[in-house]
Amino acid sequence: MFHNLQEMQHTASLVTKVFIQRDYSEGTVCRFQTKFPTELDNRIERALLEQTVKTLNSYYVEAEKVGGQSYLEGCLACATAYIVFLCMETRYEKVLKKISGYIQEQNEKIYAPRGLLLTDPIERGMRVLEISVFEDRGSSGSSPSSSMSSCSTAR
Amino acid sequence: MSAVMITRKLRKWEKLPGKNTFCCDGRVMMARQKGIFYLTLFLIIGTCSLFFAFECPYLAVHLSPAIPVFAVLLFLFVIAMLLRTSFSDPGVLPRALPEEANFIEMEIEAANGSVPSGQRPPPRIRNVQINNQIVKLKYCYTCKIFRPPRASHCSICDNCVDRFDHHCPWVGNCVGKRNYRYFYLFTLTLSLLTIYIFAFNIVHVVMRSVDQGFLSTLKETPGTVLEVLVCFFTLWSMVGLTGFHTYLISLNQTTNEDIKGSWSGKNRGQNPYSHKNIVKNCCEVLCGPTYPSVLDRRGLMQEDSPTAANSEGPCSFDNLVAQTVKTTAPLIPNEHTPDDVKPSIAAEKSSAPKDDPPLAAKLPPLASPETDAETSIVKNQ
Repeated sequence: MFHNLQEMQHTASLVTKVFIQRDYSEGTVCRFQTKFPTELDNRIERALLEQTVKTLNSYYVEAEKVGGQSYLEGCLACATAYIVFLCMETRYEKVLKKISGYIQEQNEKIYAPRGLLLTDPIERGMRVLEISVFEDRGSSGSSPSSSMSSCSTAR
Repeated sequence: MSAVMITRKLRKWEKLPGKNTFCCDGRVMMARQKGIFYLTLFLIIGTCSLFFAFECPYLAVHLSPAIPVFAVLLFLFVIAMLLRTSFSDPGVLPRALPEEANFIEMEIEAANGSVPSGQRPPPRIRNVQINNQIVKLKYCYTCKIFRPPRASHCSICDNCVDRFDHHCPWVGNCVGKRNYRYFYLFTLTLSLLTIYIFAFNIVHVVMRSVDQGFLSTLKETPGTVLEVLVCFFTLWSMVGLTGFHTYLISLNQTTNEDIKGSWSGKNRGQNPYSHKNIVKNCCEVLCGPTYPSVLDRRGLMQEDSPTAANSEGPCSFDNLVAQTVKTTAPLIPNEHTPDDVKPSIAAEKSSAPKDDPPLAAKLPPLASPETDAETSIVKNQ
């Protein structure tokens, strides 16, 4: 349908947004549910979305790992009264940059061609992974009915 | 004749809801009432100044010059921790944007089914299993989100804060996930500083009294009396507070959970967040990762182009990022709607876009605490 983000920008209109919620089964660590939202049934293959979410989850695990490196960072920072954070980037921030790059890449390669757009969770308070669903303006007649049917199945 | 209006690009902190005050162009974030924080600063700086003025010259000469040097280092560390606790984002969770709030409302509607008219809808609670323990996630009517585990809404700052500990007026801010370790280090080092000053005041008075007599010592160094008074009362409260927080850290609990008795009494030993190992708990809280702020206070707000609200309803890709406030689905304004959204809601309603998404038509009436059965149970307790 769309070949890249720029094409989508010019010809698409937003139909709806789907939100993948946090998975708290393992505590307060940042983790998103891998359950496939039904609204995206005919938009994208399950395996692709699952793979994206699993990769994101693994990035967050890496960022929040409590281990040797985080202890070292914590102790060093404490010894300098945390002034060192003014010049140094924390490990979490480094991983967030990687995540942002990964989402950009996924959008360009996989999601934009299918008329979808992922929003980085950090822009939504790390609460949800927002997926915007776009429809080509020319074929907007089909979209209301598809979202109508997904509404009725949710009830 | 048209006037050219130069609009300054706003930063996001200027439009953040909640009752925080921001300084240094969004770099500093505090609660509204800062009076007690200034008192804390005054007491610490005042007492230490008296110590450096009256005791240190005598002790440096008669005992060791290391004494004032160590006092200076300790004092600087205390101030750094205090400022870090007071000025940083405690872990505020941003409020749900309208689409997310609607999505959650739809899910709740779907889960509740149809409620007979006249009956209150069931309380908005989600159950999650964490480490074989059922934890209830409550819905926040102000922020329109289901609060993550351990988060709580601070009524003073009007924000949901992640891993909410308590709101501390002495530091003029909430204590939450992002600044708890600075708060703990502040209480710990302030206790040490208080003990240090108190001890050396006594040493100084004793040493001088041996030479000059007690009364003449007090006349020569009147600051000592003031310092001893301040330190005596501060000591008991700070040492007690530090001890209490050490206990909480070793159990991986927050003050909020302790007060509510979430993991004590009949629930004792069931805290799902605890590693059941004191060292591990301490390491996680004090040496864990440094969480970034999700608020993006200094980001630039996208200028909302005037055509977006008045032209065709569905927003185009261009304006997607700009839609922090305006949306395709009309909001039902309630007392929590920020004031700047209300005019745009009126504008959206009047333009009445013909291809408005049908989701909006099925929007359930936004529940409020008054209609929710859960809060009425809480009120009755």
